[in-house]
Amino acid sequence: MGSIPKAAPATDSGDIKFKAEAEYLRAKASWRPYELVFWLLPIAAYFLLPKQLVLLSRVAVMGLFALSLDLILGYAGIISLGHAAFFGLGGYTAGLLAQHGFGEPISGLVMGALAAGILGFATSFLVMRGSDLTRLMVTLGICLMLMEAANKMRWLTGGADGLQGIAVSPILGVWTFDLFGRTAYIYSMAVLFLVFLLIRRVIRSPYGLALRGIKENQRRMQALGTPVTRRLVVAYTIGAALAGLAGALLTQTTQFVSLDVLSFDKSAEVLLMVTLGGAGTLYGGIIGGLALIVAQYLLSGISPEYWQFWVGIAFIALVFLARGGLVGLAQKGVAALSRGRGARAASQGG
Amino acid sequence: MLTVLFDGIASGALLFLLAIGLSITLGIMNFTNLAHGAFAMLGGYLTVVMLNRWGISFFYCLPVAFLAPALAGVILERAFYSRLYDADPLDQVLFTIGLVFASIATASYLMGAQHQIIQVPHFLQGQIHVFSGFDMGTYRLFLLAFCGVITLLLHLVLMRTRFGSRLRAAVDNGRIARGLGINVNRLFAVTFGVGSGLAGLAGALGIEILNLDPVFPVKFLVYFLIVVAVGGTGTVGGPLAAALILGIFDVAGKYYVSQIGAFVIYAVMVAMLIWRPQGLFGKKAVR
Amino acid sequence: MIARISLIALVVAVVFGACMPATVFAQTPLKVGLILPMTGPMASTGKQVVAAVKLYVAEHGDVVAGRKIEVLLRDDANAAETTKRYAQELVTNDHAEILAGFGLTPLAFAAAPIATAAKVPMIIMSAGTFVIPQKSPYIIRTSFTLPQNTAPIAVWAAKHGIKKVFTLVADYAPGIDSETTFKAVFTANGGQIVGEARVPVQNPDYAPFVQKAKDSKPDALFIFVPSGEGAAVMKQYAERGLAKAGIKLIGPGDVTDDDILDSMGDAAIGTITSMDYSAAHASPENKAYVAAFEKANPGMRPNFMSVGGWDGMALIYEVLKKTNGSAEGDKFLAAAKGLSWMSPRGKITIDPNTRDIIQDEYIREVKRVNGHLWNVEFDHLPAVPPDGKF
Repeated sequence: MGSIPKAAPATDSGDIKFKAEAEYLRAKASWRPYELVFWLLPIAAYFLLPKQLVLLSRVAVMGLFALSLDLILGYAGIISLGHAAFFGLGGYTAGLLAQHGFGEPISGLVMGALAAGILGFATSFLVMRGSDLTRLMVTLGICLMLMEAANKMRWLTGGADGLQGIAVSPILGVWTFDLFGRTAYIYSMAVLFLVFLLIRRVIRSPYGLALRGIKENQRRMQALGTPVTRRLVVAYTIGAALAGLAGALLTQTTQFVSLDVLSFDKSAEVLLMVTLGGAGTLYGGIIGGLALIVAQYLLSGISPEYWQFWVGIAFIALVFLARGGLVGLAQKGVAALSRGRGARAASQGG
Repeated sequence: MLTVLFDGIASGALLFLLAIGLSITLGIMNFTNLAHGAFAMLGGYLTVVMLNRWGISFFYCLPVAFLAPALAGVILERAFYSRLYDADPLDQVLFTIGLVFASIATASYLMGAQHQIIQVPHFLQGQIHVFSGFDMGTYRLFLLAFCGVITLLLHLVLMRTRFGSRLRAAVDNGRIARGLGINVNRLFAVTFGVGSGLAGLAGALGIEILNLDPVFPVKFLVYFLIVVAVGGTGTVGGPLAAALILGIFDVAGKYYVSQIGAFVIYAVMVAMLIWRPQGLFGKKAVR
Repeated sequence: MIARISLIALVVAVVFGACMPATVFAQTPLKVGLILPMTGPMASTGKQVVAAVKLYVAEHGDVVAGRKIEVLLRDDANAAETTKRYAQELVTNDHAEILAGFGLTPLAFAAAPIATAAKVPMIIMSAGTFVIPQKSPYIIRTSFTLPQNTAPIAVWAAKHGIKKVFTLVADYAPGIDSETTFKAVFTANGGQIVGEARVPVQNPDYAPFVQKAKDSKPDALFIFVPSGEGAAVMKQYAERGLAKAGIKLIGPGDVTDDDILDSMGDAAIGTITSMDYSAAHASPENKAYVAAFEKANPGMRPNFMSVGGWDGMALIYEVLKKTNGSAEGDKFLAAAKGLSWMSPRGKITIDPNTRDIIQDEYIREVKRVNGHLWNVEFDHLPAVPPDGKF
C-alpha cells in the first residue's frame, strides 16, 4: 500500500488539516513496480512482435478511448452509451483537416480533442438530469443523431463510404507513416502514455478524490459543500476531449474514417472494454481493450463468423464470476497470495 | 397522407407490443434489460422455421412465438437475472449485452445473416382501398387489431385482477409490497416471462414489416429504449402513447422529410427527455 | 501402361525440379489475400464469392505456371477499418502477392492505398462503384460497374413506353452511381423523373419510401439496393399494390438477386432488370458452371457476385500463365490489360485504359420456369464499356 507517511513537522492549524490528504495523495502518486513493468511492455512488443504492430496500434488507440470513458464511468459514475459520439467527432475533425491539406498530426490531435471537448461540455448539462436510464438514452440519442447527421452530410463526410484522400504529414516533419505501421505504433503508444500520465495526475489530485466521493455518494458530497454538478461537468468534458483525441489518433494512424466510429457498436465496444478490464482502476480500460482486441483477433481467426458468441459468454461469466473485471481478478489473486504468505509467516513465526 | 398516418399507427402498435415487456420489467425490477430484443428475435425465428420449414400455418405459429420466449424468459430470470437485481447497473448492462452478443451469434450460425422472408396467409396480403389516397395494408390492419386486443387484455389484467394489483403494488413500492406478503419473486418471474413472451409474439408479427435478421436486438434496441424512456414505466398507457408517437413520427419523417429521416425521432426523443426526464407518463419509482 | 508413363513423368519432373536453381521464384507458393465480408449483412456476397473461388481452384487445380496458389481468406465483417488492416497485414506479414475480394465500395476504397504502396495487384471481385479503379493503378475489376448495369435498363424503359419514373436507391456510392446513371440516360432518352428518394444503408425501412413512390404515380419504380435487400423491397412493392396500380418495377439486377430470387414469391414475377449475369443464361459454359456450383454448394444458386469471384481467379490464372508465374505488380498489370476470355456470363475483356471490365449486358424478366423463379434473358447488348455508354 505504500510507505507510511512521515510525520509532518507541526505548523499552524490550517496546514495540519490538509497534511493527511496531501500525504495520502503523494503516497498514491508514487509508481508501483508493476506499473513500471506494464509500461515497458509496449517497448518490448516493438522488438518482439514486429508483425503485430498494426494490431497493437489499434490496441493503443482503443485503450486511450477506454481510458477516457473510464474517467467518466469509473471515476465520475456516469454510464454513457454514446461515448463514440466524441470519438467519432474527433476522428472526423482530424480527417477533414488532413483531407483539406492540414495534415500535421499533432495539431490534428489537438483540434480533434477540442471539438469533442466542446461537444462534451455542451451536452454535459443534458446528461446531469434524470435517472440512469434517462442518461443512457440521452447519451445514446446524441450519438445516434451525430451519426445520422454524418450520414446525411455526404458532401462533407463522404457518408457511408467514408472520408477519402486523408494524407497525414510526417510527425514533427521527420517520421512518415510507413506501410509496416512502425511509425503509427510508436506515435499511438507515445500519445497513450502521455494521456495516461495526465489522467493519473488528475485522479491522484484533490479533484480526483472529490470525483470518487461523488461517485460513491453524491448526496453526502453535496452536503459537504462540493459543487457536484461543476465537478461532473469538468469530468465529462475532459472525458469527451480525450475520446476525441483517441478518434483523431485512429484517423491519423489508419488514414481513413467512416461512419462506424460514430456507431452504437463502438460505444458498446468501449463500454465493454472498460468493464472487462475493471472500471475505476486506471489500467482497466487499457487492459480491457487489449484483451478484447486480442480475443477478437485470435477467435475470428479460428472461426471467422462466430467469435461474438464466445465473447458474449465470456462477459456473462465475467459478471457472475469476476466482478471488477480483469484487474479486479488480478487484485484478488494478489490479495489471496499475500494472505497465504501472511498466514504461512504467522504459522511459522509461532 | 392518411396512409402514412395509418402506417405510422400500425408501426407504433407493433413497437408497443415489442417494448411493453421491457417497460414492465424495468418498472418492477429496475433492471434495464438490453437483451429484450433477443426474445423478440427468438419468437421471430421460431415462426420462420415453423412456417417455412415445417409448413405450420401462421396462426398456429403465434402461440408458440409467445410461449417459447416466455419460458426462456422465466428460466433465464430465475437463473441469472434475479441474481443481478441489486448489482451495479454496469454489471447489469454488461450481462445483458453479453446475452445479446451470444444470441446474435447463435441466430447468425443457425439461420444465416440474411433477412428472413415469410409468406403470410393469402387473405392477409395486399391492401384495402378505402378511398383515393388512402389504402390500408391488410396485414397492418390485422396487426393493429391484434395489438389492440392485447393492449385491452393487458389493461384488464393490470387493473381488474388480483395479479395486476399485486404487480402495480410491487412497481410502486417493492419493499412495502414484500412486507404485505406479496410473493415478489414469483411476481418477477411471471412478469418477466410474460414480457418476454409478448416480445416474442411481436417479433413473429413483425417479420413482415421490420426485417428479421440476426442483428435485430441491437437494431431495435434504440426504439425499445425510446418507448420506455419516453413512455415511463409502470403503466400501459404511457408506453402505448410513446410508441404511437414514435411510430407516426418515424414513418412521417421518412415520407415527408426523407433527407433527414431517422434524425427526427432521435431529436424528438432527446428533446422529450430534456423536458421531462422521467418520461411523459412515468412516475419516479421507489424501490 | 499408364503407371509407366506416370513414373517417367514423375522422374522427369523430379530431375527438372532438381536442375532448377534453388532461388527460382516460381517455386514458392503464391498467396492470394481474399478479403470479404463473411459475417454481417453482406455475408451472402462473401459466401457466393468464396464458393466460386473454391470451385475454380477445384476444377482447375491449384498449380499455375509452376506455382501453388494459396488463398488466404479474411473476414472484414463489412468494416473498412478492418479491411485496411487485413490488407496491410496480408501484404507485410503473410507476403501475399495478390489482394482480391472487396465486397463493398468503402472496403475497396480503404484497401486501395495499401495496394499502391506495396505495388500489389488488387482484384475487385464484388464492388461496383465506377470510380474504384481510379483509386490505385494496381486495381483490376472483374465484377461489374453500376453504370454498366444501369444504362441498359434506362434505355430499354425509355423505348418501351415508360415515361415517368420514381427512383429509389440505397444511400451509398453504388446507389448514387446507379441513380445518377439512370437519371442521365433516362432523361436523355426522353423520360421524366417524377421523384427520388435515398434509403439509409443501415436499418433500411422501405415502407414509407415505396408508399411515396406510389403516391407520385409513375409508370415505373426504379430500384437499387445492396445485394440481398431485394426481398424487403419486393415485399413492400407487393404489399402496397404497386403492380395493381400499374407501376412496373425496374432496375439493375441487384434487386432480383439469384441468391434469394426463388424465395421472393410471386411478387417478383414481371420485374424487368438489366445485369451482367443471370443464372439462367443459356450458354454451355454457364450450364456447366451452375451445375457444378449447385453440386458443390447444395441449396445455393450462383449469382452475379459469384461470377466476379470465378472470373477473378480466371484472371489470376491466365495472367500467371502469361507472366510465367510472376505476380509482380507492374508485370501483372501489363499482362492483364486487354485480356479477354469466355466467362459463364459471356465474353469479358479487361479494358487496357481503365483496368475495368467490358462485358455483355442482358435485359431480363423474372419468370417462373419449372416451378422456380429465374431471370430470363430476352435482350442482349454486347461489350458494354464500364461507363455504361454504349
